[in-house]
Amino acid sequence: MATLTTDPIQVYKRPVGLTEVHSHYCPGCTHGISHRLIAEVLDEMGLREKTIGVAPVGCSVFAYKYLNTDYVEAAHGRAPAMATGIKRVRPENIVYTYQGDGDLASIGMAEIMHAAGRGENITVIFINNAIYGMTGGQMAPTTLPGMKTTSSPKGRDVEMAGFPIKMSEILATMQGSSYIVRRSLHDPAYIRKSKKAIRKAFETQVRGMGFSLVELLSTCPTNWKVTPYEALQFVEDSMIPVFPLGDFKVHPEIAKLKV
Amino acid sequence: MTKKLLKGNHALAEAAVRAGCEGFFGYPITPSTEFLEYMSSRMPELGRAFVQAESEVAAINMVYGAACAGKRTMTASSSPGVSLMMEGLSYIAGTEVPAVLVNVMRGGPGLGNIAPSQGDYNQMVKGGGHGDYFPIVIAPASVQESIDYTMLAFDLADKYRTLVYVIVDGNIGQMMEPAEMPPMREIPTEAPDWAVTGAEGRDPIALSSIYIDPYDEEVTNLRLLKKKLEIEKNEVIFKEFFMEDAEIVIIGFGTAGRISLSAVREAREQGIKVGLIRPITLFPFPFERIAEAAEQAKSFLVVEMNTGMMLDDIQVAVKGKIPVEFYGRLGGVTPFPDEILSEINRINENPPTDPNLDARADWVKRLEKAIEGSN
Ligand SMILES: Cc1ncc(C[n+]2csc(CCOP(=O)(O)OP(=O)(O)O)c2C)c(N)n1
Ligand code: SF4
Repeated sequence: MATLTTDPIQVYKRPVGLTEVHSHYCPGCTHGISHRLIAEVLDEMGLREKTIGVAPVGCSVFAYKYLNTDYVEAAHGRAPAMATGIKRVRPENIVYTYQGDGDLASIGMAEIMHAAGRGENITVIFINNAIYGMTGGQMAPTTLPGMKTTSSPKGRDVEMAGFPIKMSEILATMQGSSYIVRRSLHDPAYIRKSKKAIRKAFETQVRGMGFSLVELLSTCPTNWKVTPYEALQFVEDSMIPVFPLGDFKVHPEIAKLKV
Repeated sequence: MTKKLLKGNHALAEAAVRAGCEGFFGYPITPSTEFLEYMSSRMPELGRAFVQAESEVAAINMVYGAACAGKRTMTASSSPGVSLMMEGLSYIAGTEVPAVLVNVMRGGPGLGNIAPSQGDYNQMVKGGGHGDYFPIVIAPASVQESIDYTMLAFDLADKYRTLVYVIVDGNIGQMMEPAEMPPMREIPTEAPDWAVTGAEGRDPIALSSIYIDPYDEEVTNLRLLKKKLEIEKNEVIFKEFFMEDAEIVIIGFGTAGRISLSAVREAREQGIKVGLIRPITLFPFPFERIAEAAEQAKSFLVVEMNTGMMLDDIQVAVKGKIPVEFYGRLGGVTPFPDEILSEINRINENPPTDPNLDARADWVKRLEKAIEGSN
């Protein structure tokens, strides 16, 4: 009888960068996936003990409980300003913000634009779920035309409430930004690409090349009022057409990187 | 060291540099702008952080970040800018990290004007932002005091992990006076143990103002209150002049206190028994000294460049024991020593006797007449 001669190889483990606690995220929410990707990247790059994260106001307000690095908790929308303050006095640290779309594209519009404009050497992980999750599903600046929310109950009427704001496209126009891409968390292949993008964003910062941002299309089954599976479908069918995935600005040095 | 002729805003800024400020974040606004301009060249020259932020909202949140990173940090602004900073200030207070704000106050409300005022007393002394917190508030009255108390502000901010506001009016920000700078302090090489520095070889630190469980927030509020009580016990600063036999006592802070001193000197030459108490810390407020003075004096005259914001605190200390009169100029108007001297003369000739007199209502009538007269 054949016996097992090789030792088992571990192919999957919890990253050191993630704490061992249960998160408060709803079932099927992809906030947790992005946390894991960040943790894996920081582990792989050996940056965990150098990193200071800046959590937003939004569903990920407790990101600091889940990510196993030093963390601060910013006021709503102000994470890029807070990150600027930290990075300027501690340039030797890796500093990143984690922000939702209400946080980044509405109340924090000035802070994100100017952080990019200054070429602030920070990384931004931008979770676009097209809705205000934490406050119970109001319209966000990224809400799709016609999409129903608690503050656009008949669907976003672009005549009244305007159009979704495409942050990656806008931020790519800033001379200070070096790496601006949009990815999605709705299925494994896309998740792998998201991880590579997060890696490249941190590589941009490590090289002192200025502002980097990864926009991640994310789900909010709770406030979209759909099942987790339907939420993933919604990203594919409805969000990607409005928020096309792609590289909006990639510094040639970073484009050359194999990760 | 010798004295040099220094502009208030420049002196305040250089004092912050010498106190070891490693991060300055600001936004231009008259009459504090020279502070930012000075820092824009001085900080980079020393390899320290300077950012002209996109707004006061961003500036104070940069300060918040740098404070969490364990570095001495500050901003300087003026009234409308400080209003915008209230959100960040409240977060800094809630997170219990040290930071210094210099407010070079101007006439308000609204856009107001760029003339010197003390109209932000309530906003500064009573908190201003949301929630229960107690910043230390220091009100220098000269360029030299601005230097000395800016140095102290950083020390107190660190000692109590609290906000410290240095508030001056536009007069002090803009004026030039001979003053002496202290030597440059050494920058500490070690970060404080509560700061975020990257969790190298230790458990991660999270700095936040969120206490989602009200019982935890209650404990935090209580800790802040106990800190306040401790500060009240230890850190009261005031100056007094001609108080030994004073029957009329003037109380004024900052420029109003300084101008009052000129009036007091003149009145003394005329033989009037008048003295002056000039609170330097507005929080903690010298309640005890003022209550004591109310035992000695026959009446008080409070002088301010606002509608009598400190007057309310004086009345709390006096507890109706003696009459308290008020004289204020508003909206960016600085009183002349003569105006205060004539108030002293008026009180000396007709000493008030009613401890319950409505100081503000009486003064409004006098001020309206004075405004009519000058038109
Ligand atoms: C100054 C301020 N305004 C409003 C709020 C209430 N608020 C909390 S989270 C939030 C929206 C968050 O939405 P988003 O950034 O899209 O993140 P998500 O919850 O969807 O992850 C709002 C409006 C607040 N905390 N502070
Ligand atoms: S409300 Fe939406 S965004 Fe927030 S945790 Fe739940 S599913 Fe995720």
